Amino acid sequence: MTMSTPTSLGAAAKGGGALLNRPKGAGKGRRSSRGQTLARAIVLFIVLGYLVLPLFAMLEFSTRGDFDRTTKTFARSLDSYAAIFSNQDLMAGIATSLEIAVLTVFGMLLLLVPTMVWTVVRVPRMRRVVEFLCLLPLAIPAIVIVVGIAPIYRWMGQNLGAFGASALTLAFINIILVLPYSYRAIDSSLRSIDTATLADAARSLGAGWPRTIFQVIVPNIRGGIMSASVLAIALVLGEYTISSLLSFSTIQVVIYLLGKRDPFISVAVSLAALVFAFVLLFVITRFATGSGRRSQRTAEEPA
Amino acid sequence: MTDSSASVPAPSSSAAAGPASSGAGASRFRGAGNYLALVPFLLYVGLFLILPTLIVTIGAFSTSSGQGTLDNVAAMFTTDVFIDAMVKSLQLAVITAILGAILGGLLSWAVVRGDPNGLLRQLVIAASGVLAQFGGVMLAFAFLATFGFNGLITVLIKNNLGVALDMSWLYSLAGLAVVYTYFQIPLMLIVFLPSLDGLRQEWYDASESLGGSAWSFWRNVGGPILAPSFLGALLLLFTNAFSAYATAAALISQGCAIITLQIACQMQSEIVLGQENVGKALALGMIVIVSGVMAVYALIQRRASRWVK
Repeated sequence: MTMSTPTSLGAAAKGGGALLNRPKGAGKGRRSSRGQTLARAIVLFIVLGYLVLPLFAMLEFSTRGDFDRTTKTFARSLDSYAAIFSNQDLMAGIATSLEIAVLTVFGMLLLLVPTMVWTVVRVPRMRRVVEFLCLLPLAIPAIVIVVGIAPIYRWMGQNLGAFGASALTLAFINIILVLPYSYRAIDSSLRSIDTATLADAARSLGAGWPRTIFQVIVPNIRGGIMSASVLAIALVLGEYTISSLLSFSTIQVVIYLLGKRDPFISVAVSLAALVFAFVLLFVITRFATGSGRRSQRTAEEPA
Repeated sequence: MTDSSASVPAPSSSAAAGPASSGAGASRFRGAGNYLALVPFLLYVGLFLILPTLIVTIGAFSTSSGQGTLDNVAAMFTTDVFIDAMVKSLQLAVITAILGAILGGLLSWAVVRGDPNGLLRQLVIAASGVLAQFGGVMLAFAFLATFGFNGLITVLIKNNLGVALDMSWLYSLAGLAVVYTYFQIPLMLIVFLPSLDGLRQEWYDASESLGGSAWSFWRNVGGPILAPSFLGALLLLFTNAFSAYATAAALISQGCAIITLQIACQMQSEIVLGQENVGKALALGMIVIVSGVMAVYALIQRRASRWVK
């Protein structure tokens, strides 16, 4: 029972480790009839078509040049992409979002890793409590959090000087928003190693707690930390609800405002951001499946 | 339960065996110290998650001067625009959850039938991660680039068929449904794929060797095993669409048609005297609905994990 419940709310942590822990041989060598092959092709065509069409339209839209009246086609140009770099609002928004992303990643790791290691090693009883709190943001919509947190941000803006009023404070709330995803990623890593024994070994060899956590445990859960960080970055770069309602000019807010004046640049930068996030996630998917397979093999060998 | 209680004392007893522990008093102090290490985390979550939730909850039952009242909650159930926004949000969430679950479920099936380490699978998973949780504003722009007044499809039809189609549906609830479904499909894939992976080849083989057809396999084996996961995913998709704000805000720039937009409207125009806290009541309403659905989801998920691990 104790082992099955972590997946309860947890499967909601999209893109977490669950996808990667495939039973060996699942789907492999499954014989398919010709009818099934056809059905599969039709499904892929229709559903992937639905998913790809708007992305292709973004590409087409953002590379439009002059309209040729005789052939009724657009010339192709990369002007909209070049314009991204000369647009100061956009560059400022990107810089702001990247700074928030860095703060969020470090804050999240600093808050989560020691706490999670500690619950595994010292107070397993609190594991469920920490898990519950980490998954709680899934049950509280972002728009609701904004309503409740606006007074707190107003207070910070008035009492914490220049930093309190800056967009960087968004890192505080972003750390909360990424908790479910980061928790899942780090948790699956912690489960794949014998954390308690590792910590006991380090301690008995004379390492203090900071050293045990950061020099012994952390290198062993690098995969989880990596996934957690990338998911956090993607989430921060895509965050709109809270920044817009608290009136901070993050990348998404700038994209939205710009869209009213120059939709071509907005679409160009949106597509660039989507591709950027895709490459990030694709790399960790490959990375995680690779390391997942490796750890699975070492786990099976002794048996 | 017995196995977990057996494993709990192990780490703490090894801690007590350390050189510093001299007597029961010290180990009890150490026990408390163990919990102290969690204080930073608990404080942080308390300040940035629990406190905002409390502010919403208490605000929902208070007047602007801080007196207790039920007027805000009553307004939610009696004011036409609020009822309308809530109903539309629920409709949108139900419809797009069902569409997303069906299309995403089919896509998951098609992906699972392929090579488990193949490029298609990895591409689809990574793309799904991006489209399901990164989207928001950018997906609204993607659809503007497709069906908007200057969008790819609109322009293609106009230039080749000479027909100027009315694409204003994109900026209405129907448009929201199309865009929402777009991000529900990848979310469904992410949530449902592990369950489909859990269907074992032996079960296919067993069904086949007993003379079962593909249909009877899904009817009697696959269907019942996947039903809880499918239902759980459906609930998750429901809360996902119900909570969504960014896409709607970017697509529908005027009005407060659905509940999340309505809450934003309430936040941005806190001028109506005596209604300052109605937004908090609406927000509380959302918490009640979403956490209720998530609780059912957790129950279903527990049942689903019985077969699919």
